[in-house]
Amino acid sequence: MEYQWNFAPIFAHSDALLVGALGTLRIFVVCLLLGLSLGLLVGLARYSTRRLLTWPAAAFVEFFRNTPVLVQIIWFFFALPILVPFEISPMTAAVLGISLNSAAFSAEIFRGGIQSIEPGQWEAGRAIGMSYAQIMRRIILPQAIRRMLPALTNRGIEIFKMSTLASVVAYVELLHQGRLIASLNFNPIETYTVIAVAFFLFLYPLVRATYVLERRLGRSD
Amino acid sequence: MNGNPDMRALLRVGGLEKRFGENAVLRGIDLEVTAGDRIAIIGASGSGKSTLLRCLNFMELPTAGRIELDGVAVGSERRRGDGSIERVYAEAELTRLRRRIGMVFQQFNLFPHMTAIGNVMEGLRTVLRRPAAEARARALVELTRVGLADKAEEYPARLSGGQKQRVAIARALALDPEILLFDEPTSSLDPELVGEVLAVIRSLAEEGRTMLLVTHELGFAYHFASRVLFLADGVIHEQGSPEEVLKHPREARTQAFLARHRAFSF
Amino acid sequence: MYQWDFAPVLANFDLLALGLLNTFAVTGTALAFGVPLGLALALARLTGKPLLAWPAGLLIEVFRTTPPLVQLFWFFFALPILIRVEMTPFMAAAATFSIQSAAFFAEVFRGGIVSIERGQWEAGRAIGMTHSQAMRRIILPQAVKRMIPAFMERAIELMKTTTLVAVVSYADLLYQANELAQKTFRPLEVLTVAALLYFVCIFAVSLASRALERRLAVSGETTVR
Repeated sequence: MEYQWNFAPIFAHSDALLVGALGTLRIFVVCLLLGLSLGLLVGLARYSTRRLLTWPAAAFVEFFRNTPVLVQIIWFFFALPILVPFEISPMTAAVLGISLNSAAFSAEIFRGGIQSIEPGQWEAGRAIGMSYAQIMRRIILPQAIRRMLPALTNRGIEIFKMSTLASVVAYVELLHQGRLIASLNFNPIETYTVIAVAFFLFLYPLVRATYVLERRLGRSD
Repeated sequence: MNGNPDMRALLRVGGLEKRFGENAVLRGIDLEVTAGDRIAIIGASGSGKSTLLRCLNFMELPTAGRIELDGVAVGSERRRGDGSIERVYAEAELTRLRRRIGMVFQQFNLFPHMTAIGNVMEGLRTVLRRPAAEARARALVELTRVGLADKAEEYPARLSGGQKQRVAIARALALDPEILLFDEPTSSLDPELVGEVLAVIRSLAEEGRTMLLVTHELGFAYHFASRVLFLADGVIHEQGSPEEVLKHPREARTQAFLARHRAFSF
Repeated sequence: MYQWDFAPVLANFDLLALGLLNTFAVTGTALAFGVPLGLALALARLTGKPLLAWPAGLLIEVFRTTPPLVQLFWFFFALPILIRVEMTPFMAAAATFSIQSAAFFAEVFRGGIVSIERGQWEAGRAIGMTHSQAMRRIILPQAVKRMIPAFMERAIELMKTTTLVAVVSYADLLYQANELAQKTFRPLEVLTVAALLYFVCIFAVSLASRALERRLAVSGETTVR
């Protein structure tokens, strides 16, 4: 017998899905802001010539790039509370895991972007009497960020996908709500299909946008 | 003018046109090549001379016109919806045809992951399915002919530009082509390496091979060719013996082109 | 001040070792199926025939754009009902990660193939090769060499992603660590050791791939990402 698809129970729980979607968006925005800004700082530290900065930055990047995010989230949720005197909420654990991981990856994007700018730009800045920080802020970063845009957008998409891992420590987001609905109504097929489609519909325009960005930058560079 | 009149044309081109979108690169080329012809094709960049050569072995598909090899027309006719007739080409037919027409490229296009002898053997092994030992022996003959037997086991990255182009010539020769096409074979070479490649081409001419050569080396064209074509704006503007076209051009455009290339001497 | 005590971890290290072995099993299986499937998808997408290119493109985009945990849940909870086959956690994980990594490998293959200069195709055709002969003998051998860094990066990502199988109770390293943490009441030590185990394994692969990349760079080959 053919399976009878029935999406009605899911739409009956659309309020629960909405709560989940808001949870997903919230953790996405927080991780995006924290991850990219921390990534910029680490990237600048990696690029600097002072060993006191580069070494810790390199260790940070290597450690967080080479361990799975889920292990980090679980560690922050179950292990960290033993070391610190305050509660770690599911949100805090997930944000720590995802942001630090994203910072490590985006640090390498920032460093690569900064390195890709020709030395002549530094020389031109110095020649008109600008300081290192001024050249970085006014000359180098504006050009580098343009080149890094596709890679950074990709990072954003990865962060959005990673946000589902927060459900493992019972943070209320879209997938968490999906599991709830599926177990209440015994309809995993419809529920997980809807969740997958929702993610795809939200993210695919962004994916297309990165393709367009890549092509446009490929032409002008 | 085209040599012995009762000799049948090996290659006959009629009304050949090639457009890239709006841009008409070839606008009606008629040409007969008889066995043993050595044809030099000259003209300014953008005149369509490389495109003409690339249409002859169907690296580019002609937009209109027909090409006959040994009296057999390539492709087949198909009536369009509006009643006009177009030619269509089956890939399998073109693949078979290309074994009979060898090509040497401006950029060599050697296979970088194969040794020199591997490059020359590749067509024998993969296309003609010859046994390895036979293919190797034959490839060595061709490498010897271009003077590179001692470089057989080198990878292209370790060869000079001139050596690469000689390997590429050996690769084309290995398949016993009836016609050889040279697309500006010396244009990406350092000046001091041009001579060794031209020497190989000259020796092939002495063997009586049928060859078409697109070139900027007008001095070489003068000594090499049995016939010279001057292309301009996608048509054969003037043709004849090297003496006629290069020394005593009738057309104003040919004269102007040659005047800009006065750096050569015959 | 917290008193660290690694004795319970060491006493039960065989459990973690078994978990690590299972992590390798899932990763290896997904690689074994994902790489050939990825090549097939890339070739289908490059044919230019809509009937092949479109389904391949859709599969690639869907699996690259949706979260892997959602995919895993779909394969573990939904698919068994649809096709009426019992799915063990291992089967669901192997299926999910094979297809998911195939989608990523397909893009790596495609990038490698299109990075080969047009002249290589022309040289193959000029000596009478068919499209598939040129692909097999000329293009792929060169493309694969250029793809190695991107390929290694994907393999590392895959190994990290396999931690998700713990969520559907497959006994990988993360799952075993979680169990052990509850059994010994020593989550800090157990989870720290598990994180370090992951780090050591993945970092070793990273270093190896960087060394390989440097050697390829020395031999004059450009790489694609």
